[in-house]
Amino acid sequence: MDINKDLIAASSTPLVLAILTEADSYGYAILQRVRELSGGRIAWTDGMLYPVLHRLERLGHIESRWEVADSGRRRKYYGITTGGRAHLADERRQWQTVDETLRGIWRFTIAAPAAPLLLGA
Amino acid sequence: MGVLEEQIDQWRTYLRRRQAIHAVDVAELEDHLREQISMLTDSGLEDDEAFLVAVKRIGDLDSLSREFAREHSERLWKQLVLPVGNAARDPGSQTNALVAFGFAMAAAIAIKLPGLFGIPLDPDAEGGGIFYALNLSLFVLPFLAGYFVWKRGDARPPRLAWLVAGFAAAAVVVNVYPITDSSSTLGLLALHLPIALWLLVGIAYAGTRWSEVAGRMDFIRFSGELFIYYVLIALGGGLLTAFTAMVFYAIGIEVEYFIQAWLIPCGAMGAVVVGAWLVEAKQSVVENMAPVLTRLFTPLFTLMLLAFLGALVFTGRGIDLEREVLIGFDLLLVVVLSLLLYSVSARDPHAPPSVYDWVQVLLVVCALLADTVALWAISARIAEFGVSPNRAAALGMNLILLVNLAWSAVLYTRFLRGQSSFASLERWQTNYLPVYAGWAATVVVVFPPIFRFI
Repeated sequence: MDINKDLIAASSTPLVLAILTEADSYGYAILQRVRELSGGRIAWTDGMLYPVLHRLERLGHIESRWEVADSGRRRKYYGITTGGRAHLADERRQWQTVDETLRGIWRFTIAAPAAPLLLGA
Repeated sequence: MGVLEEQIDQWRTYLRRRQAIHAVDVAELEDHLREQISMLTDSGLEDDEAFLVAVKRIGDLDSLSREFAREHSERLWKQLVLPVGNAARDPGSQTNALVAFGFAMAAAIAIKLPGLFGIPLDPDAEGGGIFYALNLSLFVLPFLAGYFVWKRGDARPPRLAWLVAGFAAAAVVVNVYPITDSSSTLGLLALHLPIALWLLVGIAYAGTRWSEVAGRMDFIRFSGELFIYYVLIALGGGLLTAFTAMVFYAIGIEVEYFIQAWLIPCGAMGAVVVGAWLVEAKQSVVENMAPVLTRLFTPLFTLMLLAFLGALVFTGRGIDLEREVLIGFDLLLVVVLSLLLYSVSARDPHAPPSVYDWVQVLLVVCALLADTVALWAISARIAEFGVSPNRAAALGMNLILLVNLAWSAVLYTRFLRGQSSFASLERWQTNYLPVYAGWAATVVVVFPPIFRFI
């Protein structure tokens, strides 16, 4: 299933912020976590994560630091800030509203999302 | 492993050629690439296979560097070069140049038109000096604004109507007021009208992006770059003038009239539009220069101000404050503000604070102190001799600058301590722009009647 680009872009901010509330992390691990959480259904082009991280840092939602990883390489870690947590809470409310609204209307529509899967199976 | 390292080397070199991706980002992406490769080799792939897969997953470099450029536009100053949304309307560079020269020609002709109606350009002639001093900005800024309206393809009636109405109102006001050669409001109008009208140019420049912080910030950068370009063009123009005079003098032909009546006025007007076009077309030239200039002059201005404050304290002299001196302090604040803005906007927002940043803060603090002394002196003078239009205008502008600079310094310090983002400094600065235009418009419209056109 391909998720359209606008949705991917819009969900990147809450997704990254939420992952960073679990623990400080770095680019590769964040991407792994996204794959894991979405069961591989949300796949970002790896490189595109970095401009997103840099934007969140510029807005003050996250902050970064360089550390030397176990591998001996320098690695850039990101952690969420207080402002970032507040922003995440705000985003969460917005997404919940969208989600609830959509759920409301799904009940009245005929084509259930499960149908194509059954046909495929 | 040797082959893999070579491949990664090549990939890194390739990435570094992209202007938008800085070395520190390359390092971050390389760490990503290596982690991906080692995961893939652990699961059984050969080195070269793993490299190919990892590179492919990072994504194609064109769209990647576009994303980086979009995010890091503040260190590139290239938002306008990127196709932001309206890629459909992108006039070819040749058309663009032709139209720019068309507007420049129009401005050059406009300055000569009043001559046809018997208003001589000669400042010594009856009526000529005043007319041109008051209307100078009206000969060029409408054409500059017109060029941007065309370039942005944003001729929606309400916006266009506001621009036209603004320029028309300015033309009526300065020409209807009974101002004479001896009016002290003459100089005030000549100085403040361009400042007020510059806001209209900004609205035309930013187009639909005027409501965004980034759009207005671009306009601030544009203004600084235009200034640098204009100075360069003026230097070149000076050389051209000198050589014109010299070569014709050598063959016994007097060209002084041509130079004074045509070359200099028409050139000075047209150069504004040409300079604006150059800023847009060749941004990377000044982009590299402005930070260098600020780096060079920030420490020098700081030293100068420290020496001045030291001398003030040591000798205990007061400032002998003529009006010119207060205007001088206004200009000093403008210079310090632009040093702050241009070095900060060219700064990598993620770089840790360096000594240089604190020099910057020191410069601002020194300027604020020096200005406070000047303000003190002017207040004493107003208390003693009363308010004159010039003192009031210089004082007002000084206070506006002081507030702007003081709060910028606070935000900059917070930014350096990591308590706020650079965006808040930009927001403050861009939201403050209309205050200048508003004050300048007040001086133009309200001051002459209040002071009875003296």
